[in-house]
Amino acid sequence: MNIAVASGKGGTGKSMVAANLAFSLSVAESVALVDCDVEEPNLHLFFPEDQPEVSPVSILVPDVDPDRCTLCGECARFCAFGALVAARDRVLFFPLHCHSCGGCMVACPAGAIRETLRQIGTVTERSISPNLLLVTGTLNEGEVLGVKVIREAKGRAGAERWVIFDASPGTSCPVVETLEGVDFCILVTESTPFGLHDLALAYDVTLQKGIPSGVVVNRSDGKDEVVHRFCNENNIPVLAVIPFERKIAEIQGSGDLIARRDPAWKDRFCAIGRACRSLMEEGA
Amino acid sequence: MRICIPSKGPEPGDIVDERFGRAPYYLIHDTETGKNESYKNPAAEGMGGVGPRAAQFLLDHDVNVLVTARVGGNALGALKAGGITILLYDAAGSTVMDAINAYTTGGLREQ
Ligand code: SF4
Ligand code: SF4
Repeated sequence: MNIAVASGKGGTGKSMVAANLAFSLSVAESVALVDCDVEEPNLHLFFPEDQPEVSPVSILVPDVDPDRCTLCGECARFCAFGALVAARDRVLFFPLHCHSCGGCMVACPAGAIRETLRQIGTVTERSISPNLLLVTGTLNEGEVLGVKVIREAKGRAGAERWVIFDASPGTSCPVVETLEGVDFCILVTESTPFGLHDLALAYDVTLQKGIPSGVVVNRSDGKDEVVHRFCNENNIPVLAVIPFERKIAEIQGSGDLIARRDPAWKDRFCAIGRACRSLMEEGA
Repeated sequence: MRICIPSKGPEPGDIVDERFGRAPYYLIHDTETGKNESYKNPAAEGMGGVGPRAAQFLLDHDVNVLVTARVGGNALGALKAGGITILLYDAAGSTVMDAINAYTTGGLREQ
């Protein structure tokens, strides 16, 4: 089963939920945890460093053969992203603008463009335990094609019983890419009015994608009426409420997982996983 | 010499636009014939890379000199590689005609 963990904004504890869920389920079953927050991946910080296996993620970009190029400018006029300019004596290429669409190659009447690989990021695989694989997508600084790295990272998981994707915060393209093809989405929120606004935005994305979802309220001060009302009105199940407790904050502050330190929390996170599964089956 | 001035409208009396890549119009003044041509910027509303695309537009229209407030990174490289001289003219609210006059008078600084 594939579960995405998302939130309308950063700082809700989304990664903490994803890491605890993955850890808890992996005690008994095989789990892949995929960090899709490629601009700022952080899940590996929750797990002791193992032997990471790093592989490059590359895209195809044009390579102009100056001997064949007639400087006609067709490629540049074709490119909607301004990645090519045919100057007086050569074609300039601005790699950060290139979306790897391949169109310029087709547009070139002289057959002067061939495709070449350019690395934009990496995918790192770590075997945390025999039952837990952590996959981290990382986009290189300044690069824009994060969705490509997300796709690549997601592709590394699949054989496991549970696959958990940690989305980037917000509701933009990378989040939509992360949600692609998942069975269920856990929305992590805080019990503030701002939190509710962001929750509503994230919930909208799951609706548009037709993905069933459930809410985890994090850092709850016990006054979660607004969140519960919103969930009731929209018929979204509340999967768990994690209280704002000094003990929990301390464990997390030290970079540890509450499920690793406290078996009761491990059981609670396993129950969240089971709830996701039965909700998905109900919806199917 | 063909001088290009990014502008908010198609006429010489229209106001100059200080955003090179996003300017809605490019007015090209030919110093030999004294004639003006005006073009709608095809990339003004584009998603990205408007600077390089504008540079390509100027190259396609045989522009020698660009008179504008400032030009950003990639477009600057493209214009320089294309042999186009960039003269800085930053007088908010002035017209294309004013810019052409400033060019003719001389003294504009090169970027
Ligand atoms: S591959 Fe597409 S985006 Fe990249 S330079 Fe060519 S036309 Fe532009
Ligand atoms: S389309 Fe081909 S021949 Fe024309 S400028 Fe581009 S690379 Fe050169």
